[in-house]
Amino acid sequence: MPSVSRPLSLVRRATNVCFVGLSGLAALLVLAPLAAIFGYLVYKGIGSIDWAFLTHTPRPVGEAGGGMANAIVGSMMILGMGSIIGVPLGIGAGVYMAEFGRGRYVTFVRFTADVLNGIPSIVVGIAVYAMVVLPQQHFSALSGGVALGIMMIPTIARTTEEMLLMVPNTIREAALGLGIPQWRTTLQVTLRTASKGVITGTMLAFARVAGETAPLLFTAFGNQFWSVKPNQPIAALPIQIFSYAISPFEDWHRQAWAGALILIVLIVAAVSAVRVVTSRGNMANNA
Amino acid sequence: MGVGIAVKDLNAWFGKAHVLKEVSVKVGANAVTAVIGPSGCGKSTFIRCLNRMHETVPEARMSGTVMVGDMDVYKPNIIAADVRRRIGMVFQKPNPFPTMSIYDNVSAGLRLNGYNKRRELDVAVEDSLRMAALWDEVKDVLKKKSGASLSGGQQQRLCIARALAVQPELLLMDEPCSALDPISTGKIEELIFQLKAQYTVVIVTHNMQQAARVADHTGFFLMGKLIEYDKTEKIFTTPSDKRTEDYITGRFG
Repeated sequence: MPSVSRPLSLVRRATNVCFVGLSGLAALLVLAPLAAIFGYLVYKGIGSIDWAFLTHTPRPVGEAGGGMANAIVGSMMILGMGSIIGVPLGIGAGVYMAEFGRGRYVTFVRFTADVLNGIPSIVVGIAVYAMVVLPQQHFSALSGGVALGIMMIPTIARTTEEMLLMVPNTIREAALGLGIPQWRTTLQVTLRTASKGVITGTMLAFARVAGETAPLLFTAFGNQFWSVKPNQPIAALPIQIFSYAISPFEDWHRQAWAGALILIVLIVAAVSAVRVVTSRGNMANNA
Repeated sequence: MGVGIAVKDLNAWFGKAHVLKEVSVKVGANAVTAVIGPSGCGKSTFIRCLNRMHETVPEARMSGTVMVGDMDVYKPNIIAADVRRRIGMVFQKPNPFPTMSIYDNVSAGLRLNGYNKRRELDVAVEDSLRMAALWDEVKDVLKKKSGASLSGGQQQRLCIARALAVQPELLLMDEPCSALDPISTGKIEELIFQLKAQYTVVIVTHNMQQAARVADHTGFFLMGKLIEYDKTEKIFTTPSDKRTEDYITGRFG
């Protein structure tokens, strides 16, 4: 008679070791490119980052030195405007799909979000060029923000929807049963319960668009000079990196590497900051 | 103080399924009423019609009148949220808000209804937790621990405290002990017994001994109909309907 209390056979133990090993290897393979990219960026870029790089604007061609202060501030502005547009719209659409929508219209909204997610970023750039830049008659930081905001919406909307659907219905009932109005239940109970996932989705969307170059080419356009005016062309790190990297000048190549490193550090810093701030007061962490 | 309930010609549907049929009953104030019956007989739907939770399910409908105290629950100008604020509900599975501390859980009904006076919230939280016999176990970790970190029995008492904090006139309990061990069940039954001094309690239960232990009156539902409603003693000793007798003696259900 077979007994389960018998020690595992050699074959089963070997299979176990084999699969644990394979999944460990897979995890390593995922981490390796990330570590390699970051390591190489640090290696090539760290030497060129100094106070001048962070505080000066670009020098004319041929003159050594200068920095990317305008591009760093420009990127922050464009990303800020993009988030102001994309985050509320994305979360709103997700809440609609998960909590209020019924039937065909939801399917349509969801399908639209998925299609929007699949549209190449350069097409979004052209669309915003036609919608914002042409009527305004000039490139602007604002149009760049609009382009990035549009690109953030589908990711945020879909993750918000998925995360809200994971909140058990008993939580909604508990809130409604206390006489809490529907809108407050959704905002302060359901959405709050799902907040961790929603924030992750938002950060993913943010990090993804932070490195976008193509949609900015037709919108923010780039700017060699200091500017913080929302309705004027503005510099952005991805554009600056791109134009410096394809230039024939050694000094600009060096700065492109430094710019790329700064961009990554900015993204990591922003994501970490949001995590720290939002995890405060969330009891799910010390359950 | 608790209020009485008067239900007249109550019908309820989920889509095409007619789950409650012509239920009429009067429930006295400051008493515990048990609702018993086999699974799917409509007893949960019955109490969910009392505080308008029934309508939160898509495709759910109802007809008839429900009076809770002097409030006509289904009068067109009455808002569901206002009804639910006056009628507390405790659910089958403990459902504390997982992202909130114990304190925030108990005060949620007050805070999210726009009530924000710190000192009065403190008092309400302590009173409710004391009434739910949970205060001594959690008083030191009120703001440090999540509601979800408590044991199942504690979570259910937390949910009772949360419902009591808004000072309802009527407390509905939908099988509040079905997910709990005997010791926690005992604590909650004791609690129900004490609650009737201040509240009217309606409790759905699968456990007939529980109904016999805690309830003054008992109603027996079968296939959407209220078969019999009487003093608990009478229901369990000399029921007037054959079907009630069959059920309580374990011949079906």
